[in-house]
Amino acid sequence: MLAEYLPVAVLFVIAFLFVALSLLVSSKLGPSRPNPVKNAAYESGIIPDPETAVGGSRFPVRFYLVAMLFIIFDVEAVFLYPWATVLRDLSWYGLAVMGVFVALLFESYYYVLRKGGLEWD
Amino acid sequence: MVALATAVGAVLAQTPVADPAGAAASTGAAEFWVFWILAPLSLAAAVSMVVLRNPVHAALMLVVNFFTIAMFYAVLEAQFLAAVQIIVYAGAIMVLFLFVLMLLGVDRELPTRVAQIRGQQPAALLLGALLFAALAVGVAGPFLGADSACNAPPDAVAAAGADAQPCVGLAAANEEGNVRGVARLLFTDYVWPFEVTSVLLVIAAIGAMVLGRRTERPEDLVDGRGVRKEPLRARAARPTGSTALDREAAE
Amino acid sequence: MTLLAQIPPLQIPDIAWSAISPELVLFGVGILALLLDTAGPQRLQASFLVFGFAAAGAGYIALSTEQSVLPGLVGLAALGQFALTAIWRDRPRLLSALLAALGFAGAIGVTTWQWGAYSGRLVGADAATFVGTDSLLGGMVAVDGVALFTRVTVCLAGLVTVPLSFAYAEERRIHRGEYYPLLLFAATGMTLLASSADFIMVFIAIEVLSLSLYILAGFAKRDLNSQEAALKYFLLGAFSSALLLYGIALVYGVTGSTNIAEAGRAFSSLDAPQGMAVAAMALLIVGFGFKTAIVPFHMWTPDVYQGAPTPITGFMAAATKAAAFAAFLRVFVGAFAPLQWSWTPVLWVLAALTMLAGAILAVVQNDVKRMLGYSAVAHAGYVLIGFVAVNRAGVSGVLVYLLIYTFMSLGSFGVLALLERRNHKAMAIDDLRGLGRRDPVPAGMLALFLLSLAGIPGTAGFVAKFAVFRAGIEAGHAALVVIAVVSSVIAAFFYIRVIVAMFMEDVPEGVAAEAPLAPSTGMSAGIAFSAAVMVAFGTVLPFLLVDLADQAATFVS
Repeated sequence: MLAEYLPVAVLFVIAFLFVALSLLVSSKLGPSRPNPVKNAAYESGIIPDPETAVGGSRFPVRFYLVAMLFIIFDVEAVFLYPWATVLRDLSWYGLAVMGVFVALLFESYYYVLRKGGLEWD
Repeated sequence: MVALATAVGAVLAQTPVADPAGAAASTGAAEFWVFWILAPLSLAAAVSMVVLRNPVHAALMLVVNFFTIAMFYAVLEAQFLAAVQIIVYAGAIMVLFLFVLMLLGVDRELPTRVAQIRGQQPAALLLGALLFAALAVGVAGPFLGADSACNAPPDAVAAAGADAQPCVGLAAANEEGNVRGVARLLFTDYVWPFEVTSVLLVIAAIGAMVLGRRTERPEDLVDGRGVRKEPLRARAARPTGSTALDREAAE
Repeated sequence: MTLLAQIPPLQIPDIAWSAISPELVLFGVGILALLLDTAGPQRLQASFLVFGFAAAGAGYIALSTEQSVLPGLVGLAALGQFALTAIWRDRPRLLSALLAALGFAGAIGVTTWQWGAYSGRLVGADAATFVGTDSLLGGMVAVDGVALFTRVTVCLAGLVTVPLSFAYAEERRIHRGEYYPLLLFAATGMTLLASSADFIMVFIAIEVLSLSLYILAGFAKRDLNSQEAALKYFLLGAFSSALLLYGIALVYGVTGSTNIAEAGRAFSSLDAPQGMAVAAMALLIVGFGFKTAIVPFHMWTPDVYQGAPTPITGFMAAATKAAAFAAFLRVFVGAFAPLQWSWTPVLWVLAALTMLAGAILAVVQNDVKRMLGYSAVAHAGYVLIGFVAVNRAGVSGVLVYLLIYTFMSLGSFGVLALLERRNHKAMAIDDLRGLGRRDPVPAGMLALFLLSLAGIPGTAGFVAKFAVFRAGIEAGHAALVVIAVVSSVIAAFFYIRVIVAMFMEDVPEGVAAEAPLAPSTGMSAGIAFSAAVMVAFGTVLPFLLVDLADQAATFVS
């Protein structure tokens, strides 16, 4: 049975080797000429907040809120997957069951949206 | 706490073992060895998560722990749970933890708090050890030695003979595939708890919004007798109560 | 693929709508209140949309099943919410509160109907089955006396909490739209817990109610005590949930079933490994003990009760306890009764500890809310006597006690909320000096509730205590009852200390100038209702209540 996981194990090994090799090769072959701009934290093109770059300062709580909301919908996806495998057998009943579930989640989505949980200021 | 919860999940994932009259176990030597390699790794990761001073390192150790537990699930043939463990815990929940760390500032090592009550630490250690011993005897006791045949090599099962307590019902449960097995239960017998779970998610969203968003200015904080608090620097910057709460909500 | 042919097709389960109808009402109203609050200016449109969907659904049911009562009620409720929204569309808080109150009232109505519908199937009780263990909806929901009685208790608590909260929340500026939905969700979790017949259901219900209460405890975000309450409650609550879950996992490991009744049957068979069973039960006791605030799992109680908004404290003390004790009853006195040799001694000791520690610690408190918090701990100990008795009188006693305690708790915390409104701060016993002279009515009410909490003969509290003590004596736990009496005497001391401060001592200087209390209509109504119920159960109607509880302890669906 565990033999089924052999490809996964091989993938893990390859992934590990790839990362290790890449790091090794770049440290051996690449020139090392650091300057302040290169050392700055990369924030998707936004000019980094000097405090963040220095370290010791904090992320705004909004990130956290977004992550939190992400998890709620992540959990929904977890339920959707097994549901999809048996939907054919469940037919309308299955649709109703998941319909109620998703409707309630959309209620919370609507709530978060209207209360400004996804706004960034 | 999360480690505890996942450990509980590991127990839940195991198929019932109380039926000694069951059919022969579906075991192999490979499972046996995988377990004995993973188990120390899992424990080491858990211990170092607690011991490490740098919070980010501790979080990474937790990821390792989550992964080993996912592998346990896979070994126990709960493939769906294994995937969920990696997607939800090692993925989403870890992101949340890292956000909390970033929120509090990563670079400061957490100060070791001195116990406020004298003798608290030894007492806690002693009681914890006692609890562990009691649970170890209670939980593992019946399944130690020759009686244990789940995940044991075939020759061990044969040696145990009639006393063996092999895994029962695993093959039947996974007959049409693990995911379909889960779905079958989830949408028939457990459909009501499933729907109630959506309530839980709604409440979690409300909690994140009510406690996670700071609507008050820190200088408005009052204590129980209505006295205005001096805006402590540390206190003002921390959205007290929200972070821990949302974490529970996410689980 | 040939394998799949042998697998039985998925059975579409029968949804026992009647069994879960109170939860559906509570939860539906909660979602509706949240939706209407969220919709803001488009409130009326949202309400109309809900009305349209509900009416269409009701019409479809009416046409397809040729029933008229249920669809009619649904249609009427939908029309009612639309009318309410139309009238109060500019006062969202009032609308929410009204909806919540109607939701609680509706849930009580539905439960009463259930009582009639299910008590027809009265089953003679024997030692093992006097708490219902049969169940509906795939074995998730039990509709037995304990479940129904507790549902009523919880919904009554909610019904009283709504008017108590309104003015309080308004003046403390914590009146957000999420308040009433959360209250309804918490009540949903509690009724779910009271009626859960499966450990999975127990866990999810506990999470639903706890999560709502964590948020409600921290609702007064300006108040650092409230923040502290939420954080402490959450941390310890999460820990206890984990232990409970561990216990559930062990039960499953021993028995191969998460169904409470089946687990009980498997536990009583000799094959089950006893060590693991005992470990499982120990963990379950810890989990339930936390929710019911039994010593030594009570550490969170005073801080949380002190910090949470006062009406929420009353609700938490009353309803959570009722719901958690109902599940505790179903698991232990119901399913695990055959194993009572292993858990009655433990609960006996815990009951004695809880009664004594709660009473003694309450004596040294200065803050009134904290004192009532510790007294809540002591009361959990009295309830445990009915528990340890493991007989029908015990179950009945527990139910009576919890219902009466609900009104004592809500009443006393309600008066405190009223008093707090004046000076916006916590209450020490010294602050109550001379209250009887300045505001005789609130002081008199508080005195009534405190006397009842003390269990003075002639009050409802005495009826409650008598019910559990009787069960304890019947079961041969005279020593425990003696401890309970000692604890009651200690407790009477601090209740009466407050009364003395209110009526026998002078108003401290500088306070006399304050304006007299001007209670809001809602608060007056809530407190007066609690007081009326207390007086009724204390003097005229105790036998009615005890009869009802006896019935509830007997019938099994």
